Amino acid sequence: MSAGLKVVRAGLFDTLQDFGRTGFMALGMPTAGAMDRIGLSLANALAGNPANTAGLEIGVMGPDLLVEADSVRIALVGPLSPALIEEPDAAPRPLDSDRSHLLKRGQILRVGMIEGSSTAYLAVAGGFDLPAFMGSLSTYSRAGIGGFDGRKLAAGDRLPLAKAGVPAGNERRLAQPFDYGSGPLRVVWGPQEDYFSDQGRRTFVDSEYRVSKEADRMGIRFEGPTIAHARSVDQGGADIISDGIAPGAIQVPGAGLPIVLLADRQTVGGYPKIATVASVDLPRLGRLLPGQAVRFAAITVEEAEALRRDQEARLQRAIAGFVVARPPGGIDLARLYEENLIDGVVFDSPWNMISKPSSREGGTK
Amino acid sequence: MSVRYLSCGDTAFTVEFGNEISPGINGRVMALHAAIGLAREAGEIAGVIETVPTMRSLMVTYDPLSTSRADLQPKVDALIARGLPADAVSRQVRLPCCYDDPEFAPDLAEVAERTNKTPEEVIAAHLASPFKVYVLGFMPGLAYVAGLDQALFLPRRSQPRVRVPRSSVAIAMDMTTIYPFESPGGWHLIGRTPLWMFDKRREQPVFLSPGDSLSFERIDRKTFDRIAGEVEAGTFDWSSLVKSK
Repeated sequence: MSAGLKVVRAGLFDTLQDFGRTGFMALGMPTAGAMDRIGLSLANALAGNPANTAGLEIGVMGPDLLVEADSVRIALVGPLSPALIEEPDAAPRPLDSDRSHLLKRGQILRVGMIEGSSTAYLAVAGGFDLPAFMGSLSTYSRAGIGGFDGRKLAAGDRLPLAKAGVPAGNERRLAQPFDYGSGPLRVVWGPQEDYFSDQGRRTFVDSEYRVSKEADRMGIRFEGPTIAHARSVDQGGADIISDGIAPGAIQVPGAGLPIVLLADRQTVGGYPKIATVASVDLPRLGRLLPGQAVRFAAITVEEAEALRRDQEARLQRAIAGFVVARPPGGIDLARLYEENLIDGVVFDSPWNMISKPSSREGGTK
Repeated sequence: MSVRYLSCGDTAFTVEFGNEISPGINGRVMALHAAIGLAREAGEIAGVIETVPTMRSLMVTYDPLSTSRADLQPKVDALIARGLPADAVSRQVRLPCCYDDPEFAPDLAEVAERTNKTPEEVIAAHLASPFKVYVLGFMPGLAYVAGLDQALFLPRRSQPRVRVPRSSVAIAMDMTTIYPFESPGGWHLIGRTPLWMFDKRREQPVFLSPGDSLSFERIDRKTFDRIAGEVEAGTFDWSSLVKSK
């Protein structure tokens, strides 16, 4: 039998995602794609994949996966609680996040719960051996397309792997957690800020909004103070002739509460959009959990573009700065250095040379 | 006629040609959609990811890591200044539709009554309407097709249906549509096509495109069943529906 990962227990909402199905919005096709582009990029880089390789997006609670391959290199990125690895005749042991691991046939990866985020990623070296649909493996479950059979994973599914096995070697980890940023979510006014009164726009940027339970891959409905439209809702103040919807668009229907539209959003819509979340902060949106509070702060298009470029440069530096992770049973020297547990001590160890945190190369590249 | 540029964050902007639905405005939208497509193919406008036409505006999406709004907007302006042909070359598409089965057309009698017509007159008016696909959206392959005979204008149903069968042909306001999936819906169902507007097995899963000219061709239940069988089996010749203007 070909190499695969068998789902022995399904998680809550696990779908394959890459950077999305672009080029078909004109046909009404939503882009879908990763809710947290940074998490997927890091997972792929740790697994040695190109950034746009489809990985498993884990929503809230992940699956249990049985390895049906000689070996598979995986990378987990996201705050897991932690994941466990189980095998016959051995006690389960935890698997750290934000690093790669080599798994062997017969082992079961229990991804478990995500803590403090709604989203985590699992990448496998070489990717999954599944056909792209309209140029992408991203799952869009409302139309039953992409990914694995167009849907979230279910118990009994078997994800075919492109590689039957991988050579043993150094595993890599992120030197420090990626900084997604904090503070208000940055937004650019428009496209329909003129559909709101001055008071309505002030309410939007001066208030705290809370993520409601209605939050999924399509969008997040917020709770908080209502935003006043410029014209009466009864006279069409909350209706526009439908136009295109960009990722992060914040539409405000007649009831006055904002809804931010995300990966699985419809391509066009008829509610006015007061502002659009800057792309630098879309990964933060993709990680929000019901009950979390956010604020919005307005910036210009030019500022948003500059912030995005800075973030991309930081992401590339983080990837260039991967360090060698602890071999099984070994000591993670890099981590010890960072945590100041040892200082100035020189070990005569074959992996000391490549795991020193001062080494810019890091990793095993 | 000037355009407005609306910001959609740092990954898109919308070029708005007007605030009304008219063939002239939509013609310019479609012409800019085509012009940007050609400029991309010619390598003259790097960083654009795709363009999304609607009734009266075009959203341009871009990669802020390889271009910027300040770089792109003048290029789009230049394309508009070069002139947009109001009536770009479009496909002419004929869709078979069966109006005869009450299961397919549960609202035909009510539409006839509310428009003071006989059901046959409603069908004739639908067949004679010069339809044009304005925009696809809401779900993959769902086309908003304007051009309905004015005599058939009705608001949407006050009680939307929870379940509209796939391939239902429906009217509401000044438009007609064909449901690509079984879904909820509030339009009046007056017929059904044996075709699937979204078929993931096909290389081009979505059949209709913005800008298509569209008319319906009346078929009986027997013909419906034959074509439906071919569509199901994947042997139907879709190119037989299209001729280029």
